[in-house]
Amino acid sequence: MTTAATAEMGAGPKPASRSFFARLLQGDQVAHAITFVAAATILLITTMLVVVLWNNSALPRAKFGLSFFIGRVWDPVSGQFGALPFVYGTLVTTAVSLVLGVPLGLGAAIFLAELAPPKISDSLTFVIELLAAVPSVIYGLLGIFLVVPFVRTTLAPALKHTLGFLPLFQGPCYGVSFLAAGLVLAIMIVPFIVSVSREVLLAVPTDQREAALSLGSTRWESTWKVVVPFALPGVLGSVFLAMARALGETMAVTMVVGNVPDIKASLLAPGYSIAAVIANEFTEATGDLYLQALIELGLVLFLVTFILNGLARLLILVTSQRGGTT
Amino acid sequence: MSGWAGSGHGRYRKVVSYLMLGGTALCALLVVGVLFFILGSLVWKGGSDINLNFFTKLPTPVGVTGGGMANAIVGSMKLLLLASLIGVPFGVVGGIYMAEFGGKVSAFVLQYTADLLNGVPSIVIGIFAYSLIVLRMKHFSAIAGGFALGIMMIPVTLRSTEQFLRSVPVAMREAAMALGASKWKTIVSVVVPAAYRGILTAILLSLARVAGETAPLLFTAFNNRFWSPGWNQPIASLPVVVYTYGISAYEDWHRQAWAAGLVLLGMVLLTNIIARAILSRGISAPR
Repeated sequence: MTTAATAEMGAGPKPASRSFFARLLQGDQVAHAITFVAAATILLITTMLVVVLWNNSALPRAKFGLSFFIGRVWDPVSGQFGALPFVYGTLVTTAVSLVLGVPLGLGAAIFLAELAPPKISDSLTFVIELLAAVPSVIYGLLGIFLVVPFVRTTLAPALKHTLGFLPLFQGPCYGVSFLAAGLVLAIMIVPFIVSVSREVLLAVPTDQREAALSLGSTRWESTWKVVVPFALPGVLGSVFLAMARALGETMAVTMVVGNVPDIKASLLAPGYSIAAVIANEFTEATGDLYLQALIELGLVLFLVTFILNGLARLLILVTSQRGGTT
Repeated sequence: MSGWAGSGHGRYRKVVSYLMLGGTALCALLVVGVLFFILGSLVWKGGSDINLNFFTKLPTPVGVTGGGMANAIVGSMKLLLLASLIGVPFGVVGGIYMAEFGGKVSAFVLQYTADLLNGVPSIVIGIFAYSLIVLRMKHFSAIAGGFALGIMMIPVTLRSTEQFLRSVPVAMREAAMALGASKWKTIVSVVVPAAYRGILTAILLSLARVAGETAPLLFTAFNNRFWSPGWNQPIASLPVVVYTYGISAYEDWHRQAWAAGLVLLGMVLLTNIIARAILSRGISAPR
């Protein structure tokens, strides 16, 4: 960077006398070392996270191997640990949240980036960023007392009435369900989709829009057929970010999913998720195998979100650079 | 594109355009409306239970009216203090490295890692703190909770400090160095003061972020129905209280949960708004 060039210029009035020792006395090397150590802690923490999670989940890995993820029975008393119900619940709730949240978030992002006057767009974006700051336990609270009753009394009967022929919407519904968790998660991930998608949409060069408009396309056609495809990798990145967040979300899901380790096709049935079982059973886990089985679930969560986030960041980076170079 | 067909087709395309664009506006309104819905329902459900007792009394057993959450409020403050003792120095100093000393490659690697660490589910950070501290000490403690929150603060503070430092004009650094200042002197006396509003914003935003975290506290700080003297015992915190009261079976605990939720959300949103207000008064205005 430019600072590297200025470092040479800042060599002081008597460059000849600036031995390594002199520079050390001036403090630059010391400052460099200290600040580097502080920055490198994040590398250390990340490495330690992997090591700690890996070492503390050795027992179930040795005992169950990969069948840990296929087993359907989670019975701590008899020492049987099959994680499939949790994996299934995590995937289902995340899928529901994406189906609901992605169109909503993308729509809002398009409005904020393409249509709204800058002043309105900025203040609405501010509100949406505040929404992202709302603690997840608050979403859970609203989930328990507002979303769950709404699902039980209004949404589930309506869905059964109209789409009841699908296996997705069958069986009794007590409110706590995959659907309720998916609904709450959808609201939680939308702010992330909006803020990242808006950024990448804004990074699309103006001449792309102008070219489309000058060829006679309508405003929507220029947006949907030119701007969005141009920014697609970044939009995809925002979806991955949201997905990672939905997979790892703990409190809100724990409070509304029902916490029943069953695998049901119906979205109206209660279920469980990886993060929820860790939150509920960690402090009660008796015995090393039980505790380590929960830590292995944490390891899985960590690895999956790590990979998803890594992909997302790359996609967003690629898109914003593409916008910059054209 | 074959957009030049008849005028009927042109009208159809225009209608589609208006409809879809109107749809996007509706999406934006809906998303923005959610925040006001959340605020509104918390005020409606919890507003009437916030009184002086709430801030000064300990929780009462089920069925006994009155009582408050003084211990949880103080507990949250103590946990945040511990968290900032870890998060602020490492985050800010590390941010200085990335903006001022880091080469292209090292800065990129650190940025990427920080972003990934930032995306790690908070419950996993809880397991981490549990394995490192609770397992060794053999009991839950404020220290373990503060450690978990501090770990979460580092990447957030680091990334935003870096960005605010980078927004300080290069010319200011060059001017200081041209006067013979060494690099660290330039950073300490010119660059950091120029970006102090930004750094303050970064710290406040990261505090607001961890203030609402519940999952990493469940098995580190745990919970406590009473005052928690010192730093070495289980400690109550607002988010955990909202959770335990929310999932309980008692009507008056539910009302307390709403009240605690309102206080928590108020604190978090206020911190966010203050942070941005500080920022909007100009980041590179040197004192």
